[in-house]
Amino acid sequence: MPVILSTDLIVYFVVSAALYFGLSARNDGRAREVWFEIRKNKLALASMCVLCLYGAAAMADSIRFRDALVDEKGAPVVSSDGAVLYSPQPLSLLDRALPGMRGNSEKTYSAPFSDRLFVKETMETPDGRVVRDYPLLKHPHDHALGTDRIGADILFTALKGVRTAIVIGTGATVVIIPFAIFFGVIAGYFGGFADDAVQYVYTTLASIPGVLLIVSFMLLFGSRGYQGGVVAAKDAVLAVFVPNDRLFWLCLILGITSWTDLCRLIRGETLKLREMDYVQASLAFGSSRMRVIYTHIVPNLMHLVLITFVLQFSGLVLAESVLSYIGIGVGPQTASWGNMINASRLELSREPVVWWNLLGAFVFMFALVLPANVFGDAVRDALDPRLRNR
Amino acid sequence: MLTYVIRRILYAIPIVIGVNVLTALLFFYVNTPDDMARKILGEKNVTPEAVANWKAEHGYNLPSFINAKESGAKVLTETVFFQKSIPLLWLDFGRSDRNNIDIGTEIKSRIWPSLAVSVPMFMAGLIVEVFFAMMLAYYRGTYLDVWGMVMSVVMMSVSTLFYIIGGQFLLGKALRIFPISGYDTGVYSLKFLILPVIIGVIGGAGAGVRFYRTVFLEEMGKDYIRTARAKGLPEGKVLFKHALKNAMIPVLTNVVVSIPFLFYGSLIMETFFSIPGLGNFTIDAIQSQDFAIVRSMVYLGSILYIVGLILTDISYTLVDPRVRLK
Repeated sequence: MPVILSTDLIVYFVVSAALYFGLSARNDGRAREVWFEIRKNKLALASMCVLCLYGAAAMADSIRFRDALVDEKGAPVVSSDGAVLYSPQPLSLLDRALPGMRGNSEKTYSAPFSDRLFVKETMETPDGRVVRDYPLLKHPHDHALGTDRIGADILFTALKGVRTAIVIGTGATVVIIPFAIFFGVIAGYFGGFADDAVQYVYTTLASIPGVLLIVSFMLLFGSRGYQGGVVAAKDAVLAVFVPNDRLFWLCLILGITSWTDLCRLIRGETLKLREMDYVQASLAFGSSRMRVIYTHIVPNLMHLVLITFVLQFSGLVLAESVLSYIGIGVGPQTASWGNMINASRLELSREPVVWWNLLGAFVFMFALVLPANVFGDAVRDALDPRLRNR
Repeated sequence: MLTYVIRRILYAIPIVIGVNVLTALLFFYVNTPDDMARKILGEKNVTPEAVANWKAEHGYNLPSFINAKESGAKVLTETVFFQKSIPLLWLDFGRSDRNNIDIGTEIKSRIWPSLAVSVPMFMAGLIVEVFFAMMLAYYRGTYLDVWGMVMSVVMMSVSTLFYIIGGQFLLGKALRIFPISGYDTGVYSLKFLILPVIIGVIGGAGAGVRFYRTVFLEEMGKDYIRTARAKGLPEGKVLFKHALKNAMIPVLTNVVVSIPFLFYGSLIMETFFSIPGLGNFTIDAIQSQDFAIVRSMVYLGSILYIVGLILTDISYTLVDPRVRLK
């Protein structure tokens, strides 16, 4: 029984769009040029490989199924009206690929590669004495990054955080791109009242400090709907689709706070394109204005959209951690690096220090944001050489 | 000049009103006073009478935008929007929902700790960033430049949270050089301020150096620099005497636009270092879901941003005579 979250659709869209771009680079001249430009930069190429790995992990974590419940004998559990019952906890391909890591939880903290728990417990030895010592782990030497407060494997939590980061980093821009293009083109092409209205809207939105707009929005919308983890019956439409996902609201509001830059860019570029000879020629040949916009203007804006998309990615991933720290980011049941950092605040004040939760979040985040920055710069340079050095 | 300033301020008025209406929509229409009352009184076991009582006590017992029961001007004035949102226009913030404290006086007393952190952080950050940016621009194309850029990209890729947590842990807990967090009045606050300032400067350095380096490089590609070089001026003189002066224009705009936000402080910094500033106030309000405070802070932040934009435009006309007052 598949379960599809609204944020899964974002991941599917981004992955298929990336594949489409990759395939079109074979025969489309412009895309080929860009690809050759990027390929010259070895660092960017390596970054792209890392980003692909992250993307694959996010994709694997976005295809999820619910298993049918079975009783002890292995027969499916059936409700009174004969329908097969499914487990409320959907498991993604990533969960299924790493059953060992998902299942091997301990009681509480344990250090990386340790064979003992991090806290002492009162135990009875085989000869009947009562001692206070660090008990052996159920899965000794198994946790490459240790375990957290509830004993979950940190490497696994960090891996699950990949999807959250990718969804936020890409989703916020993807959700808002159609609106930014629509309003930007209308303002730039038609001018006059439409231009004034669009400019007024984005100036007003831009004047509200981003983080506060996000806070108000998430306080109002975030607490309703799916928070991560178990899928309740009330959240799912037809038991398959979960439209009201907290992560989706977060993407939306992050997009709303960052769309003004894109809209402004598109408006400016449209103003310029409108006066181009080929646009004028097309109008003179009798094309309708809609057709001109569709065939001549929008395709020539796509490089701006792509540049904004890659350049905003790293900032959005970093923003997620800060928002989760304030408590308005992803829900507490969703695995995210922000939540890991949040937890590690208390762990660092313990004595002795529990440092591996912070390390896990740091390594995974750094290994995503650094390549994203490098790759973003390369894409921008390849698509728009005028912006180089900026 | 005066007419320009006045016109610029007049342009801002519709935006201020727009922000006001938008916040009112979010806080009174999407999130009705009933929701607010239930959140504050506790989600479960709330009687309708308790909700009505709370609304009456805090002045939310009126219709949101239009009061059909009244006549004349009162149709508009006897509403939550008019009573709660319009006074924000003249910075009358009213009282908070949860503790019933006066938000205006609270803001006034909390501005100073915010400024005590953000002003030194901003000044030190600016000096460090411009210094390194000029160094990289001077040695452009060399290994120093390349590695400087690599360093700034690496530094940009680390979340602020790591800088704060790492800095607190290393300098505060492990080496015990500075107190981890806290605040005091007067001169005694100094020892609490050094750590956040250092961390703030390091955290912002990557992006700042990159930005200012671009500014300097752009300036150095211009014709008058080539002329200066052609007549045989040493590179140092070209950079510091000719390029720096003109590069100061974008630097200045960047500075002016940030000034209003200094009052606001930083949400994250202030909570981590327990500095009783406006950022801390906001976070507390968020966590206790006090919408009156959040609403006031949203509004205050927007006003500060708009003031910053106006100041930028004015400063442009002052430093760059080519900008026309149109």
